[in-house]
Amino acid sequence: MIDLAIIWASIIALGVLIYIVLDGFDLGIGILFPFIKNHKHRDVMMNSVAPVWDGNETWMVLGGAGLFAAFPLVYATVLSALYIPIILMLVSLIFRGVAFEFRFKAHRSKYLWDWAFIWGSTLASFFQGVILGAYIQGIHVVNNAYAGGPLDWLTPFSLFTGVGVVMMYAALGCAWLILKTKEDLQQSMYHLMPKLLIGLLVIFVGVSLYTPFIHPEIASRWFTMPNLLYLSPVPVLVLLFSWLILRACRTQCDKQPFLYILCLVLITYAGFLISLWPNIIPPSVTLWQAAAPHSSQLFALIGVGILLPIIIAYTILTYWVFKNKVGVDDEGYH
Amino acid sequence: MFFGLTALELARIQFAFTVSFHIIFPATSIGLACFLAIIEWKWLQTKQQVYLDMFKYWSKIFAVAFGMGVVSGIVMAYQFGTNWSEFSRIAGSVTGPLLTYEVLSAFFLEAGFLGIMLFGWGRVGPKAHFTATFMVALGTCISMFWILSSNSWMQTPQGFSVENGIIVPHDWWQIIFNPSFIHRLLHMGTAAFLVSSLLVVGASGWQLLRGHRSPMTTKAFSMALWMVLATSCAQVYFGDSQGLNTLKYQPAKLAAIEAHWETNTDNPMALILFTIPNMKQEKNYYTVSLPYVGSLILTHHWNGVVKGLKEFPPQDRPNSLIVFWSFRLMVGLCFLMIIMSFTALWLRYKKRLYTSKWFSYFALFMGPTGYIALLSGWVTTEVGRQPWVVYNMLRTEHGFSNTVVADQVGLSLIVFVIVYTVVFGSGIYYIFKLINQGPKEYALYAPSAKVNNKEELL
Repeated sequence: MIDLAIIWASIIALGVLIYIVLDGFDLGIGILFPFIKNHKHRDVMMNSVAPVWDGNETWMVLGGAGLFAAFPLVYATVLSALYIPIILMLVSLIFRGVAFEFRFKAHRSKYLWDWAFIWGSTLASFFQGVILGAYIQGIHVVNNAYAGGPLDWLTPFSLFTGVGVVMMYAALGCAWLILKTKEDLQQSMYHLMPKLLIGLLVIFVGVSLYTPFIHPEIASRWFTMPNLLYLSPVPVLVLLFSWLILRACRTQCDKQPFLYILCLVLITYAGFLISLWPNIIPPSVTLWQAAAPHSSQLFALIGVGILLPIIIAYTILTYWVFKNKVGVDDEGYH
Repeated sequence: MFFGLTALELARIQFAFTVSFHIIFPATSIGLACFLAIIEWKWLQTKQQVYLDMFKYWSKIFAVAFGMGVVSGIVMAYQFGTNWSEFSRIAGSVTGPLLTYEVLSAFFLEAGFLGIMLFGWGRVGPKAHFTATFMVALGTCISMFWILSSNSWMQTPQGFSVENGIIVPHDWWQIIFNPSFIHRLLHMGTAAFLVSSLLVVGASGWQLLRGHRSPMTTKAFSMALWMVLATSCAQVYFGDSQGLNTLKYQPAKLAAIEAHWETNTDNPMALILFTIPNMKQEKNYYTVSLPYVGSLILTHHWNGVVKGLKEFPPQDRPNSLIVFWSFRLMVGLCFLMIIMSFTALWLRYKKRLYTSKWFSYFALFMGPTGYIALLSGWVTTEVGRQPWVVYNMLRTEHGFSNTVVADQVGLSLIVFVIVYTVVFGSGIYYIFKLINQGPKEYALYAPSAKVNNKEELL
């Protein structure tokens, strides 16, 4: 029989990856807002993602709904364990989301919605990183329920991964703006990119060194033969793509940085999945233990099979419609 | 710390608060999206500038309402995991797939085409733009389909068995098309159109009062009043059919709505118009009632028997005081809407629809009543379901996360109250601001696909 649990885990993993890439760059726009003081440039930054951010955010809802459908136990335990960071992330996303609509409708209070956009984007990214870190750390599950305290998620490691995700999204946003803008704004992004990249590498090194210390299982997965041989290209690839990005910034190629940063995200994400497998609630609950009844997984899978290709098609269509660079003189609908 | 409320009570307050706020916006965007699709279609047909102007004006209000619906909706989805993790664990195998279908078939459709609908003028041709608007409208309706399917299943569950304490679905057709689904879908769908038409009526009434009698205002006023006429009358029928359904499948809820304590075995039941039900004493105070009418309305027979609340153990009874009054508020407002619609018909006939000042005031006053009726209907059906979260299957208290403590729920509730007040307060303020500014005439739209990007179209 086909293993539905693995298929569903793959679909959710794919959904989360698409979410990280897509909402990553538009959250990154908000994180980069403080570096750009020019109001017209800020308008351009926002207009570069205004038509697509809503669709981007939907991938997170797909991840959540997919978990709810295919692994309700994960939804129940992980969400109650990470109660506080999830609420804070949601509140941040509220501010980020409405800032798009309100900022262009406000006059005197425009700066307030700039703030809402900056803090909403930055904190939403930060708490996503905290959630990620707390999840990697492990969630204490006894008898199919969360058995820890309300603040178990709060550790130096999770705060560190929080900053890491902010950095990652900022770099994605920076590469996106290099792709989508021109002239002055694009130039400032070419100059910002190397700094963000250095920050990102520091975080990568920190997480890679720290994770094996807190988790012997993860350490043994990475550092025993023959895994070590298979996985040794990972740090090499990270350095290679970082160098490629820097070179593209120096020679002012506007498409390459975004492409290469996507590769970086992909490598990081693959590393995360390798560390996790086959658990869905680390350190103890596997995919199969958390799986929903077969009838639920099958029914929801039919919908995914039919609808996901259609969604991907019209998502590409939307990006195609808005493929042009965004300029200072362009008007949004506002 | 939180007025001695337990974590469970706080979680229930939090859910009621966030869902009440949320429902306002999807209800608005369902109706407005369809309204926008209709006026854009009319624009394509007639090429009259007035339709395009109306479209651009109302699409701004739609965008604000839609944005708030999205952000408050995400909170709803995640709340099932944070506060109601036992419900998610036990019943997630049914509600999870339904939510997944909503996200796949509706959420993405709306979000994907919204960009083109709002920002795509000049980037795509008029027909392609209309297609995007149509997709957004379709998405809002599909979304309603799945959410109401999930909610109706929780009200009238079927098509599953219980294995190891977990609900295991067997027949998805039975689950989706559960006994109350079609009634609820029609009732709620009509309510969404009614609510948004009343918003247009109220906003246009305000414009008329301020002396703006341009074709944009009068056309919107007229179209929306026809819609209120159709939907408020339809609501009498759909509401009644849902009442019959509730009598059959949720008799305790119906008895609580009617404050009906004793089963009327051999005499017709009276319809109570006014009373103060007392749950502890098991009787009503200060009652005013119409004899015979209760049986007639509820069962469509003179002598129809309706089970009384006393047939159910006290711990299984919904709170009659709340649902009795929320139900009557909803029905009373619906009749007021019907009265307004027929008055509008009369004024149309007299050709005074746009000039009668008192009617414009009446229209303005009726603007927000749709929302009040919507919320009181929601309270009736949700409070009426208590003490069950899945009717007769899973009690609300057993759906709560056992490890979440009162401080967590209480603090997050306070955070939500503050954030919602600030954010949605601002949103409602901007909607009012847009309504107050009124529609303006935009630059003529060149009906060719090749439009210069930089040309200001809006």
